[in-house]
Amino acid sequence: MDIRLSALTHKYDDFEVLRDISLDIPSGKITCIVGPSGCGKSTLLRLIGGLERPTAGQVLQLGDPPPDCLNPLTYIFQDFALLPWRSVRGNIALVLEDHGLTKAQIQAIIDDVLARTKLSDFADALPKQLSGGMKQRVAIARALAVKPAVMLMDEPLSALDSQTRELLMEDLVSLWSRTPFTAVYVTHNLAEAVRLGHAIVVLSRRPGQIQEIVHIDKPLEQRSHADPELDAKQTHLWNLMREEARAADAELLHV
Amino acid sequence: MSERPVKFRGGGFAPTARRWVGLVVFVVLIALAEIGTRSGFISSLTLPRPSDVLQTFVDLYNSGLLFTHLLPSLTRLAVGSAMGISAGMSVGILIGLFSYVRAGLIPLVAAIFPIPKIALLPLFVIWFGIDEGSKYALIALGTFTPTVVATYGAVDNVDRTLIRMGQSFGLSWASIVRKIVIPGAMPGILSGLRISLAIGIILLVAAEMLGAEYGIGAYILEAGSLYDLERLFVGVVMLSVLGVVVSALIGIVEKRLLRWRN
Repeated sequence: MDIRLSALTHKYDDFEVLRDISLDIPSGKITCIVGPSGCGKSTLLRLIGGLERPTAGQVLQLGDPPPDCLNPLTYIFQDFALLPWRSVRGNIALVLEDHGLTKAQIQAIIDDVLARTKLSDFADALPKQLSGGMKQRVAIARALAVKPAVMLMDEPLSALDSQTRELLMEDLVSLWSRTPFTAVYVTHNLAEAVRLGHAIVVLSRRPGQIQEIVHIDKPLEQRSHADPELDAKQTHLWNLMREEARAADAELLHV
Repeated sequence: MSERPVKFRGGGFAPTARRWVGLVVFVVLIALAEIGTRSGFISSLTLPRPSDVLQTFVDLYNSGLLFTHLLPSLTRLAVGSAMGISAGMSVGILIGLFSYVRAGLIPLVAAIFPIPKIALLPLFVIWFGIDEGSKYALIALGTFTPTVVATYGAVDNVDRTLIRMGQSFGLSWASIVRKIVIPGAMPGILSGLRISLAIGIILLVAAEMLGAEYGIGAYILEAGSLYDLERLFVGVVMLSVLGVVVSALIGIVEKRLLRWRN
């Protein structure tokens, strides 16, 4: 299932956040969206997943999601959004309970995703007992549990320290290499974008417009920490963004 | 070059559990009263001697009248506050969830809250009869308003990102309310219950003073009209103990339901 954004424009009252965004999100690839702060990256992600209605334009699903998919458009949030009163298992069960599955089916799915995210030993822990990295792994496991057609990742690593971020990036790469998933990955971190993105969409400052789309053909599993080719791409992205980021930083907030 | 340790400026502002201190305060105050009344420093007209109060309590227990007074009071408190709290929680959740209910009921609740409920007792006697009905109604109304306010405040404070998460995973509206909103509001609801139940105890006594043969309130009223300070204090101490017990019960419920915090 692909996603097509056609001429998306979004305003809060008279305040234009996104302008005329047209973009194809191909299945089986990770599309990164980068841009200066306040450029509407997160808003764009909420529009794609149907949590907000665009002022103009459309978000289209091309084709049908796979038949076993429980929640085609599934988010991973920056702040994890785990229920603090439910254990790891309970948090994953939460998103499976409304689908008429049997208890045994739910348990099987949970065991499977916990194994894939290496969380099997933490099944009965409460979120408060877990580190930030572990919490985000739980959120990833929860997202995998509903077998999404597209994962919508809103700065998933931004709340983590840099070592944990590095580890989770490796985990995401290995998850993708085993079973390629489709993802829209919003980040302000260019290093993450060049490590995880097949295509990197650069947005201008507000109102966000597509400035350039950078493609990186090198397979994900061959990309590494200090790869000169990736560094060159990252420098290119930064050059695109520098002036925009400076201007965005100097703007007054209208809130 | 002089060398000295950096002065410590942190610490404090972090309450820690200190068991027994509360008990020690009670014991010291009671001991002071006992010593004062025995030595004549405090006249027996000012304050009854604690040991006499205890003796009066033992007499009350031996006469079998303790439970004659206590049981009706406990029943009234239980029935009245159960009605008020369950209605209050339901209305509070509805206010938290629906904008029209909120717009319609918050002014009404604000109008009812400051009315001294005891002033309405004659009205309740006409509506529900002089018997238990009017007492239940008084306690129910008294516990209703603070529960409503605490509940909708707690629902408003539920983390919106969790609700968005529920929506993004396609959870049904009922699931979001049952599995995210209500558990998330529980801490606020429970701390509201402490206030509601304390108000319930105050109204219980007020209702019993205005027309009851038995009950802690009736017992206190009788003692008061005879200026029998020992019995008056027995009644008052029973109320304090009731308050402490109720608060401890809520503490236990909090520990069980809110194990995920702290």
